[in-house]
Amino acid sequence: MTFSQDEVDALLPLPPATFHILIALADGDRHGYAVIQDIAARTGGEVRLSAGTLYRSIQRMQEQGLIAETRHRPAPNEDDERRRYYALTAFGNAVAHAEARRLTQLVKMAKASGFVPERA
Amino acid sequence: MQLYRLLLRVYPSSFRNEYGTEMQRLFAERRAGATLARRMALTLEAVGDAVRTAPAIHLDLLKQDVRYAARTLSRTPGFAVTAIAVTALGIGAITSVFSIADRVLLRPLPFNNSGELVQVWERAPGYPQLEPSPLNYRDWRAIQSVFEGIGAHTAVTLNMIREEPEQLAGAAVTADIFPLLGVQPALGRYFLPAEDQAGAAGTVVISDRLWRREFGGDPNVIGTHVRLDPDDYVIIGVMPAGFYYPDRETQLWTAMRFTPSSFADRDNNHLSVVARLKPGVTLDQARGQMDAITASLEKTYPKENENTRATVRALGDQVSRQSRLLLRVLLGASVCVLLIACTNLASLLLTRFIARRREITVRAALGAGRERIVRQLLTETLLLSTLGGIAGIAIATFATPLLARLVPTTLPVADATVLDLRVLIFAAGLTTLTGLLFGVVPALRVWRGADVSGLREAQRAAIGGRRERLRGGLVVAQVTASILLLVSAGLMMRALLRVQSIDPGFKTENVLTMRTSMPDGKYSSTAARVQFYDRVVYGVSALPGVVSAAYISGAPMVMRGGIWAIEMPGLTTSGSDADVHTASLRFVTPGYFRTLGIPMRSGRDVARSDTFDSLNVAVVSASFANRYWPSGDAIGRTFKYAFFDRVIVGVVGDVQVRGLERISEPQVYIPSAQVPDGWLPFFRPKDLLIKTSSDPMSLAPAVRRIIRGIDSQVPISSVRTMEDIVGLDTAARQTQIRVLALFAAVSLLLAAVGIHGLLSFTVSQRRQEIGVRMALGARPATVLRMVLRESAVLAAAGGAFGMMLAYAAGRAFQAILAGVQPGDLPTFLIAAAVVVITTLVGSIVPALRAVRIDPTTALR
Repeated sequence: MTFSQDEVDALLPLPPATFHILIALADGDRHGYAVIQDIAARTGGEVRLSAGTLYRSIQRMQEQGLIAETRHRPAPNEDDERRRYYALTAFGNAVAHAEARRLTQLVKMAKASGFVPERA
Repeated sequence: MQLYRLLLRVYPSSFRNEYGTEMQRLFAERRAGATLARRMALTLEAVGDAVRTAPAIHLDLLKQDVRYAARTLSRTPGFAVTAIAVTALGIGAITSVFSIADRVLLRPLPFNNSGELVQVWERAPGYPQLEPSPLNYRDWRAIQSVFEGIGAHTAVTLNMIREEPEQLAGAAVTADIFPLLGVQPALGRYFLPAEDQAGAAGTVVISDRLWRREFGGDPNVIGTHVRLDPDDYVIIGVMPAGFYYPDRETQLWTAMRFTPSSFADRDNNHLSVVARLKPGVTLDQARGQMDAITASLEKTYPKENENTRATVRALGDQVSRQSRLLLRVLLGASVCVLLIACTNLASLLLTRFIARRREITVRAALGAGRERIVRQLLTETLLLSTLGGIAGIAIATFATPLLARLVPTTLPVADATVLDLRVLIFAAGLTTLTGLLFGVVPALRVWRGADVSGLREAQRAAIGGRRERLRGGLVVAQVTASILLLVSAGLMMRALLRVQSIDPGFKTENVLTMRTSMPDGKYSSTAARVQFYDRVVYGVSALPGVVSAAYISGAPMVMRGGIWAIEMPGLTTSGSDADVHTASLRFVTPGYFRTLGIPMRSGRDVARSDTFDSLNVAVVSASFANRYWPSGDAIGRTFKYAFFDRVIVGVVGDVQVRGLERISEPQVYIPSAQVPDGWLPFFRPKDLLIKTSSDPMSLAPAVRRIIRGIDSQVPISSVRTMEDIVGLDTAARQTQIRVLALFAAVSLLLAAVGIHGLLSFTVSQRRQEIGVRMALGARPATVLRMVLRESAVLAAAGGAFGMMLAYAAGRAFQAILAGVQPGDLPTFLIAAAVVVITTLVGSIVPALRAVRIDPTTALR
């Protein structure tokens, strides 16, 4: 699948939920509930997506081509036959990278302005 | 869990189908092993989640559907543009026509409880509506008990002198007029009862228009002095915007002053009388009492009030029958256009559905949810309707001002009409409904019965047949409506030609007209006026390019009334209409007949030597001479007219004073000098007519300069040509015909498109069959006949229905056909020919396509 930088940039900045889901899928394919749990774990329980938000995001991300439902299951023992698994696409990967870069730049600028306390 | 499943129903079903199970499972997992309180909290949380995210998801879907619909539509631009144009046309046509018609025919006048307002007239043999005289008005007012209030007004022309003198149409009103109408001034006050007495200080109320134009909308205008020649007036009030009374032209109102001389003559008919019925009093009761009052007045004044009664009519009921009919015909036509638009839209959508049926069936078979597909079709239809609606509003906005000519100027309403929102919504609703009915409902049937039926050829052909009949019916309806419009437009066109061919009695070419209203003080003496006329005519005649010039009380079709009773020994007034002896009275300067090209039948024109001291003379029209002296010896005869005995010195041709379509009284012309000072001010010559040898308007600046040079205080107004004046007489008809013809043309085009679409479809459906026939040796002519037969049957059916309806419609508006028969053969023949041509044009491409079918490829 080929895509241009413009197509990537068109999606930035990402809604927070979308970025969280991309991060959650970076380690490997997951089903919906696993995504919620993963995000909650990473953020120390601070971000807990509701079912509606999660699936609305998933629907949109599928349409945008950021993620895809996958037939390729992670590991046989973890697999639950009846669940839908989602995987990051190459495009999703590129968009996540771009968003991360954008945020890093932003934080750099914030640091330069003294908004972020230097770590002691 | 049950509850949660129920909750999921607020999400779009496509979303639910995709993720519902997952969401239920997720909910179940979180709920497992939780305490009751925790469970309740979770449920509440789920409700909150659904409330937040479901609308967002619906919106996502809508956006997606709109994008999809826009993409699909842009792939078939022909269909999209046609559907939008058709919708826009239907909506635009009915909205603009109805907006006008509503104002003229339906809406109550913009006065308080306007249903109670009536106009009261005198009624005499031959004159069902005669302006009451001040004496009769005073007596009615004193005796009557059916009206809550009764007031009078009369038109006045005022010369307002600020930097430039300007002539303004105004009305002198009694103090009770404004309270009677129930309208409050926007600024200041209206007249006090004392102000309409003789000798009171001059006060004036001005219109919102005049206030904005002349006084810049100054809120402190009250108390300002303004010179309305020859007197000074104080502005005491400004009427609100949108207040027009008694007609659209009136710019200011002064207090009516009755003087003892107003009450000198019971035949001094010049007032307009309005009244408000007392609550509970009906129009008939008011008529009854007015008849009783006038009957008793006749007993008291047997001579002046001979056979005089009163006519009481609702104020809103004064739009002429012609205006009403012209508008009704247009209203009917616009309903036709809307129906044609709907049938066309229906047939377009049906064709599209048939073309997409396979796609939809396949998608359904592949598991696309019914809701998803219907939702998409729905979005597509609504998108078309919305775009069509927007274009329709644009058309209506553009078209409504063009139709404003159909609003009679005598109506006290603005001609600038606002679009009627109700009709707009109604029309938009109707087209949307059509869209849903023919764009979405057929899709729903795909799911009824076996889902895959659409994939089977045989089934498809059968369904195609049923649809084809429906589409055939739609085509017939379109042809019917087109013929109806075409014949109506044709009949109206013939009527216009007939009216235009009526000889007005004068030559309209190269005549410039203008009004110079002379202020009262300086020009109240006849001698001063005659001197002014002489100087103007002399000066103008010296201009190169001027053939002749003359003054008259009022140019024909500008001044339509102004009649006077004829008195002669032996003339009786029996009370029957045939026994009416009146003629239109005009004062003229020498050369009037030559200027307008009115033929001099015998005798001579009025002359400068016809002064007040010489013999009183008159020139009469041929109909006048023939009526009273049929043997042809009118010259030298005497009759009493406008206070004096007058000797006939000339006979001229008759003129259509009242307009081309109305019956005019015979005419009597009197030399401008033969009137005592201050008498008959209404009939003073004020219209200047100039016959030129080239473009008359090009002389206007030079004429203005001459008049300014003679008296700069005389305002000049209404500069136009005689051709314009006569043209204005048929303006409403011309506007109506233009719209009707446009409607007819558009509907014909749509009908042709309908025939084309249907035939193209049948030909493509019958490709194989035609191929077989041709392989078996059928000649191209046979195939052609087969295809054309179908369109011929539809066109013939539509044509027959259409002509029957058109004949019925023509009879309904026969009154405005100016003598053209509703079954006018040429019109119907032309309409029939046009249908044949339309059918041929619509059939030609599909027919040729059928003939060109190659049997070898068709059978493969």
